[in-house]
Amino acid sequence: MIERLGLGAVGLGAALCIASLCATTVAAPAATDTPKSGGILTYMIPADAPPSFDGHRETTYATVHAVAPFYSVLIRVNPDNPSSTTDFVCDLCTEMPTPTDGGKTYTFKIREGVKFHDGSPLTAADVAASWQEIIHPSEGVSSARESYFIMVDKVEATDATTVVFRLKFATNAFLPALADPFAWIYKKEILVKNPHWFEKNIMGSGPFKFAGYEIGQSIKGERNPDYYHKGKPYLDGFIGIFAAKQAVRVDAIRADRAAMEFRGLPPSARDELVRELGDKITVQTSDWNCGNLVTPNHKRKPFDDVRVRRALALAIDSWNGAPALAKIATVHTVAGIVFPGSPLAANKEELQKLAGFWPDIGKSREEAKRLLKEAGAEGLKFELMNRNVDQPYKYVATWLIDEWSKVGLQVTQRVLPTGPFFDALRHGTFDVTMDFNCQGVVNPLLDIGKFLPHSVYAENYGNYDDDKEIALYQALLRETDAVKQRAMLREFEKYVLDTQAHMLMTPWWNRIIPARSYVKGWKISPSHYINQDLANVWLDK
Amino acid sequence: MYRYIVNRVLLVIPTLVGAAALVFVLMRLIPGDICVVRLSSGGGNVDPRAVALCHAELGLDRSPILQFLDFVWGFFRLDFGISMWSGKPVAEEIAARLPISLEIAVMATVVAIAISVPLGTISALKQNSWIDHVVRTIAIAGIATPSFWLGIVAILAVLDISHAIFGAPWMPPIDYVPFWQDPLRNLSMVILPALTVGYRYAAVTMRMTRSAMLEVLREDYIRTARAKGLVERIIINRHALKNALLPVVTLIGIEFAFLIGGLVVTEQVFNLNGVGRLFVLAVQNQDYTLTQALVMLTVAVFVLTNLVVDLLYAWLDPRIRYG
Amino acid sequence: MVDLSPPYVPAVDIAAESARPSRERIVAFFRRQPLGTVGLVLVLVMAAAGLSAEWIAPYNPTSNDFAAMTQPPSWAHVMGTDQFGRDLFSRIVFGARTALIVGFSCAIVGGVSGLVLGVASAYFGGRLDLVLQRVLDVVMAFPLIIMALAVIAIFGSGVHNVILAITIPLIPRCARVVRSSALAIREVPYIDAARACGFGHTRIILRHMVPNVLAPFLIMLTAFVGQAILAEASLSYLGLGVQEPTAAWGLMLQGGAEEYASTAPWIAIFPGLAIALTVFGFSLFGDALRDALDPKLRDR
Repeated sequence: MIERLGLGAVGLGAALCIASLCATTVAAPAATDTPKSGGILTYMIPADAPPSFDGHRETTYATVHAVAPFYSVLIRVNPDNPSSTTDFVCDLCTEMPTPTDGGKTYTFKIREGVKFHDGSPLTAADVAASWQEIIHPSEGVSSARESYFIMVDKVEATDATTVVFRLKFATNAFLPALADPFAWIYKKEILVKNPHWFEKNIMGSGPFKFAGYEIGQSIKGERNPDYYHKGKPYLDGFIGIFAAKQAVRVDAIRADRAAMEFRGLPPSARDELVRELGDKITVQTSDWNCGNLVTPNHKRKPFDDVRVRRALALAIDSWNGAPALAKIATVHTVAGIVFPGSPLAANKEELQKLAGFWPDIGKSREEAKRLLKEAGAEGLKFELMNRNVDQPYKYVATWLIDEWSKVGLQVTQRVLPTGPFFDALRHGTFDVTMDFNCQGVVNPLLDIGKFLPHSVYAENYGNYDDDKEIALYQALLRETDAVKQRAMLREFEKYVLDTQAHMLMTPWWNRIIPARSYVKGWKISPSHYINQDLANVWLDK
Repeated sequence: MYRYIVNRVLLVIPTLVGAAALVFVLMRLIPGDICVVRLSSGGGNVDPRAVALCHAELGLDRSPILQFLDFVWGFFRLDFGISMWSGKPVAEEIAARLPISLEIAVMATVVAIAISVPLGTISALKQNSWIDHVVRTIAIAGIATPSFWLGIVAILAVLDISHAIFGAPWMPPIDYVPFWQDPLRNLSMVILPALTVGYRYAAVTMRMTRSAMLEVLREDYIRTARAKGLVERIIINRHALKNALLPVVTLIGIEFAFLIGGLVVTEQVFNLNGVGRLFVLAVQNQDYTLTQALVMLTVAVFVLTNLVVDLLYAWLDPRIRYG
Repeated sequence: MVDLSPPYVPAVDIAAESARPSRERIVAFFRRQPLGTVGLVLVLVMAAAGLSAEWIAPYNPTSNDFAAMTQPPSWAHVMGTDQFGRDLFSRIVFGARTALIVGFSCAIVGGVSGLVLGVASAYFGGRLDLVLQRVLDVVMAFPLIIMALAVIAIFGSGVHNVILAITIPLIPRCARVVRSSALAIREVPYIDAARACGFGHTRIILRHMVPNVLAPFLIMLTAFVGQAILAEASLSYLGLGVQEPTAAWGLMLQGGAEEYASTAPWIAIFPGLAIALTVFGFSLFGDALRDALDPKLRDR
């Protein structure tokens, strides 16, 4: 049976996955089936309604899962190969351009014959205007990704089918940033009249037309017959149902009220569905470009003492903990600061030299106890702050607290809802906190920015300064030789996780998508933000 | 009597104002900022300029006194403002979710009354018999069982039983359709939560009916009626029940008012898009306008129900009327 | 939940009367109230479990054991293990302690505060009564869950804040019942007589009013313990109660209940049963107490 093979492959793949190049295990049938047209896909969106429909403004997956099918983007990660970190293809453009002018100018040719859902034509002017709003938002408009595009000087439409991006300096980080799944192309006419219009309304050129939204309940789309990728979409329409509660989503898939959800379910849900439905369920898994970290507050004693921080790391047995946690939580792979599927990630031997990854946990914990004693922090009591989210935050925290108890640390948990949690993070009112580093398209050099001090990276909450670390990172970023860059990256990783123990790693998240077997054409990737326009999805019914 | 009514109605106002002040202060004591949460749903990083913009948009940059006056004045004008999270009018947000909550509340009430009044009466009539013990046990079990646990078990039971009998697991539909559009689908969605809530409601009412009936049955006029030789059934229906029902009706009224807020947990369990769930969302999102409006509505319903009940009592009980 | 039983007015001053010896009355209680006895036994079993948790729990309730995850009940683990491999029976037994701490703290603090406010309100009357009643009305009308959500959001999770969040709504409910009882007593002759004799307020309140409102008060207390335990379970279900890895029944229901409901049902069944049986016990006992103490409800 397919799912048994699939699970077996997952298990084997899991064993092989640690610090290797494979990051995806797909237990889906071969892509040689011919897609059938027709049918309505019902899927769950694991959130309460999104704050708005405007992709430029929002950063939550709820907006993407609900609204991406209505819009087009300029370029994107290849939907047929979404786990690739380098395979970008055109959506609205005709071909991927080669940068000119020393890498500072990118010229895109826009397809002809593209229409918005109201019939009006989409031209380069619309593309340029949309990107202008993202990169240099007008007064009163907020763009969540403005900071990703500081390298862009200008974007303009030189004629009806050409869009030119002029950069201030050449960088490899531009194209991956341009493939952002939130960079939807809006109609210039509307943007000019009212840039806030898209918060509550939808007018796109994507594979589906907007067909209704019931507040807090569901969003519906119907096939766009004029879609410029001929033959697609295969579906007649879709219904996205908002359900923040996991049990409801699992029960819905079980009872075929919905076919799947696109974020990720925990292993217990997968086990239940597989057990109940056998080959009616297909499971895809992938490493996730997300991970939980532990951030000690360097401004609170005794966490200003590097010995205490190192002790925290040394107490944790990730090698034995991860496989066990992988059975109950959405985590899986033990890795350093770089996404485990990337060539820049540390392999097992390199990892085992770092604090928190020693192969001999007995020795590791002895060292931890010795350090605590030396620092005068034996039997330390502290509070671990956490978010009120089960998977995997609270699961990982329960595991960590038990691990720390083995070196005599007495830790209690302080759980906060989202608002107060962010508030406490930003004001530094915590001892040690669960933290997270979630990025979209895998881009290791940018993704590790999280470990840089707050003066350089706004989302770091450790409350510390470290010029040496910043210098290491700058050098690393500018290095052009791949081998040297990797070595410098190892040096940076050792400095951050071991020498200074600024933050602690916990096993990387694991994305598990069980779906009804009749759903085909959707491939999993390390990011739950990409590949959500549903144009490739078809139902084998 | 007139003075009593006027006094009673006037007393509503300080309660409403007090509730308004309480929710206003409570919400603002919660640390956190809705603008930050909205703009940083991915990771916590926010552009302070965007936050300032958001504050200005939502009126959060004004002084608290102004905000409070705006809120109270709006409430009296029945203008509940705009939800800070979604930007839609609060009235629209609530109106979209009210039907299902009301439907469950009404169905639960019907179920509760249908079960509890007869059972409570029988229990009282046969005090300390085995029927009495069974009914009391069922009632107390209803109060003791956590309602969300009951809901979880109910959903699972339905899934498993339907799987066993029909070969495929069945679950009520997860998207709401109004009753007139598709009565069967609507009912299949509402029946489980209504029963779960109704069971607890019935339990409370059953106990009340029992104790009220016991009270009444000890009264002298019942003893007199029996001494006069009236048929027992007539005694129960014409004399005892009517008098016993007064506190029962009071309880039903008040519990109904609590139901709306009490649906919070039930709606979480069954994933219903109702007012209870909206409540939790509003508080978690720190959506001041929405939470304030919802609290004021709940308080208003509670206060008005109490008022109606008190006036009813005054009208029915001559001792109070002429006292 | 409002208690609307008609106010209990003793015909005679119970405090002054002590006709039958206590032992006889207690035995009579057990004989006449079989359900109440069952309830009391349940409560005592739970209390004993909670108090002697260290001795009867075979395992540490917070140690993870990854070799024994989600195991069904067996000789090694009488009630099975949860998803972290922790022994369920040990967690239930320690959970009894948490439940009783929360239950009794809320009931006693809430009850005593309500008693004080209710009696003061009834005895002094006038403007104090008016203001107090309005304040209590506001708290009572305020939706319970929202107040709890707000309190937890402000003060954080943890046992103390959970107790605070649950106690607040209990106070006005108790005060209201006590007040209506006390009001009825206030006009009774022996109170007037006491005042005529020139006794101070404190003495009159403590020696005459309080003992006579004790009956409905004690009944409320038993109901409160049950309600507090249920409230803690609901708060934990919403993720706002006591936090991992503490052993608490509501928390166990939140973590294991839905995720493992079909693959490992024992994770949800046992804590749910524990809660239900404990609250059941308190309610049965409270009911029996009411039946016994209210002369109008006694058998003829």
